[in-house]
Amino acid sequence: MTALLKTQGLSMAFGPVQVLCDIDLDVRPGEVHAIIGENGAGKSTLMRLLSGHIRPTAGTLEFDGRPATFAGPADAEAAGIVLVHQEILLAEALSVAENLFLGREITRQGLVDDGAMNRIAAAKLKEIGCHASPKALVKQLSLADRQLVQIARALLVPHRLVIFDEPTAVLTGDEVTTLFGIIRQLQQQGIAIAYISHRLSEVEELADRITVLRDGQMIGTYEASSLTQADMARLMVGRDLSTLYPPRIETAAAGVPILEVEHATVPGFVADVSFSLQPGEILGFAGMIGAGRTELFEGLLGLRPGRAEALRLNGKALRLHHPSEAIAAGIAYLTEDRKGKGLLLRQRLAPNLTLTALSWLVPGWFLDGKREKAALKTAIEAFDIRVRNPDALAGQLSGGNQQKLLLAKVLMSDPALVIIDEPTRGIDIGNKSQIYGFIQQLVRQGKGCIVISSEMQELIGLCSRILVMRGGRISGELCGEAMTEANVAMLATGVAAEAIDEPATQRPRQTAQRHGMQGRAMQAG
Amino acid sequence: MAMTTTSGAERLRPTISLTTAGPFLALAVLVAIGFLMNPDFLSASNVLNVVTRSSFTAIIAVGATFVISTGGLDLSVGSMAAFVTGIMILFMNMLAGDLGTGAIVAGMGAVLIAGALCGLLNGTIVTLGKIEPFIVTLGTMGIFRALITYMADGGTIPIDRSLRDAYRPVYFGDVAGIPIPILVSLAVAIIASIVLYKTKFGRRCAAVGANEDVARYSGISVRTIRTTAFVIQGLCVGIAAICYVPRLGAATPTTGMLWELQVITAVVIGGTPLRGGSGRIWGTVCGAIILETIGNLMVLSDVVSEYLVAAVQGVIIIIAMLIQRLSK
Repeated sequence: MTALLKTQGLSMAFGPVQVLCDIDLDVRPGEVHAIIGENGAGKSTLMRLLSGHIRPTAGTLEFDGRPATFAGPADAEAAGIVLVHQEILLAEALSVAENLFLGREITRQGLVDDGAMNRIAAAKLKEIGCHASPKALVKQLSLADRQLVQIARALLVPHRLVIFDEPTAVLTGDEVTTLFGIIRQLQQQGIAIAYISHRLSEVEELADRITVLRDGQMIGTYEASSLTQADMARLMVGRDLSTLYPPRIETAAAGVPILEVEHATVPGFVADVSFSLQPGEILGFAGMIGAGRTELFEGLLGLRPGRAEALRLNGKALRLHHPSEAIAAGIAYLTEDRKGKGLLLRQRLAPNLTLTALSWLVPGWFLDGKREKAALKTAIEAFDIRVRNPDALAGQLSGGNQQKLLLAKVLMSDPALVIIDEPTRGIDIGNKSQIYGFIQQLVRQGKGCIVISSEMQELIGLCSRILVMRGGRISGELCGEAMTEANVAMLATGVAAEAIDEPATQRPRQTAQRHGMQGRAMQAG
Repeated sequence: MAMTTTSGAERLRPTISLTTAGPFLALAVLVAIGFLMNPDFLSASNVLNVVTRSSFTAIIAVGATFVISTGGLDLSVGSMAAFVTGIMILFMNMLAGDLGTGAIVAGMGAVLIAGALCGLLNGTIVTLGKIEPFIVTLGTMGIFRALITYMADGGTIPIDRSLRDAYRPVYFGDVAGIPIPILVSLAVAIIASIVLYKTKFGRRCAAVGANEDVARYSGISVRTIRTTAFVIQGLCVGIAAICYVPRLGAATPTTGMLWELQVITAVVIGGTPLRGGSGRIWGTVCGAIILETIGNLMVLSDVVSEYLVAAVQGVIIIIAMLIQRLSK
């Protein structure tokens, strides 16, 4: 079959940084072509190239047998390439129909024709199985419905190639099934589909062919039937996954828990959550976006309104109303939003590094430039922050180096407990591996460590125990052999509990009971 | 994704950027133009006159640099200056009988306290009420203005005759030939630059202004920092009032009218970004002098009518902003 879309030597560089190199991709009509790769592998850049959002720095693009250059997304849309964005890009205050037709309103004698737009919108929404009313405001819709509205908007124009960029990130089980139905329907109509995801089970289920990207390079295109999920993972990561994570630490004998939380509530996000962190363990928090993981800890640390009946750090009861109290008590929190809440991008490295710990670093009112410089030098060495000029601005560092700087920053106050939210979001594999090493080093030093992550592999590889949250509650606890992607996903989405993998039986009975699944999961599901 | 390049870090950035040097270059150009148009412009008496007159704007604008660097804005400074001046004069007049000239010292204390309290009021409403500083200070601007009008009963609050001569040197006196208002504004600027550049508080001001969330997540009390910046602004208004009283001899409902615009203009043409995140004390002082120089130039020359002073200042602020934008 001839390709609908073909690229040759497609490359993209931002300044001197090559983010995509020599991509030879071909997508055929009527196939689902999955594009997989780790965060930072270049998937989204490739999609933005194909859909005309950015222009390649080298290489050619052929659409329907003719060379094509797109001046912008509108150009690509006119040719029949539509992109369903990963983030929800809708105007919340407008209605569903108004969003569908935003920028391409139907008019009658110069006035917008709401009647026609609502009719067409209703038909389109029905077609893709979305039950939202065309007149409903987008801000009233659930995340899943918004995603469907976004898909409807993309499909409203005549299309021959539809690109889905991680469409299932905000969807739950049933909604994923609906989406797959839409995709298969498109496929039967002979539409070509490019499907980007790092959820390998979805890829295995949907894809006809799979292209693997790693660090901006194209590893190859494979028939989906020839790859198992393990093969895909190996191709994506480029080495055996086991070497990515440091060897596990055996959990020390139970002593006083480092952290105990009883009945924590964060209005609107978290209802009645209790857990504890034992010395020597890395505790993971898994769950879908919106499950309340970040909000739980922000509530506990005084970053947003919330309360817990009891919060004990190393046996000492705490009441935290402001993040400064949490820091003073010895709890550090590394935010998931590195650029928005973690670092001052327009400031130099040293002020960023010492911002939290100024009170400890130097007594009195005045700054101490020498000591700050020394602290920066120590941090650069200890955390292997790659920067040629220590006077650089934080925003000039790569994502991985920013993350290491942020980690160094939150550790400046020498906390007893570190909560790390998305430790490796958007950073490359080398830096990931290093950060995992740092996290484990912390635990070896006797600090408590909690990791929140949306990457299941990461939690499974790193943590001694995983708590899964769903809808603001803990829906289950996994440890030992029960920590599998399937189990985490089921607890996170609340799909059929009986399908959960059995915990390993070779463990001593006592451990197997204490570890493994706990009953709450079933009730929540 | 490695969207941000590392190359910027490797390129050596020029140590003096256009934004930093801009206001000083602009002032140099203005001075050169002034000298060419009228050599008297550079006479010692004229230079001292211009700088003395700019002192009030400079002192208040130094305070505004703190507020703006934390991401705030204070529109109430002009009305506040009138209000606290009124309080000061009433207070001094009340004590003049008992304390004699000692009443002046008491009045100075009172005006500083009054200024700090006004700033505290602004800051508290902004931070506790979570209302935009623009709106809050628009409100207090009206309140302070109404209060001084009410206190003066629509007329003036003159300083007591017995105090007038004793107080006169604060504006008209000099030390080694340099007028006292200049010395005061210099001292304010030096202290302010130490506070803003060399203390933890100054660092935190910049952090709060650059990104409130980052500051909060770093354990900084955003409320305390922002409120303190407003209090500093109030103190600066108090200091300016102390210097200003002898020149006016009275507080009136029109005292300090439109000063807020002069002050914000000085801060902005001094190179402090209005969105916050950094402050340039010496740029602000330079900005205040630029504004006064323009007015002075237009009076000395007959090229442009002096009724157009505000228009020229308006053009200058827009040009300054364009230069900042283009030099990025």
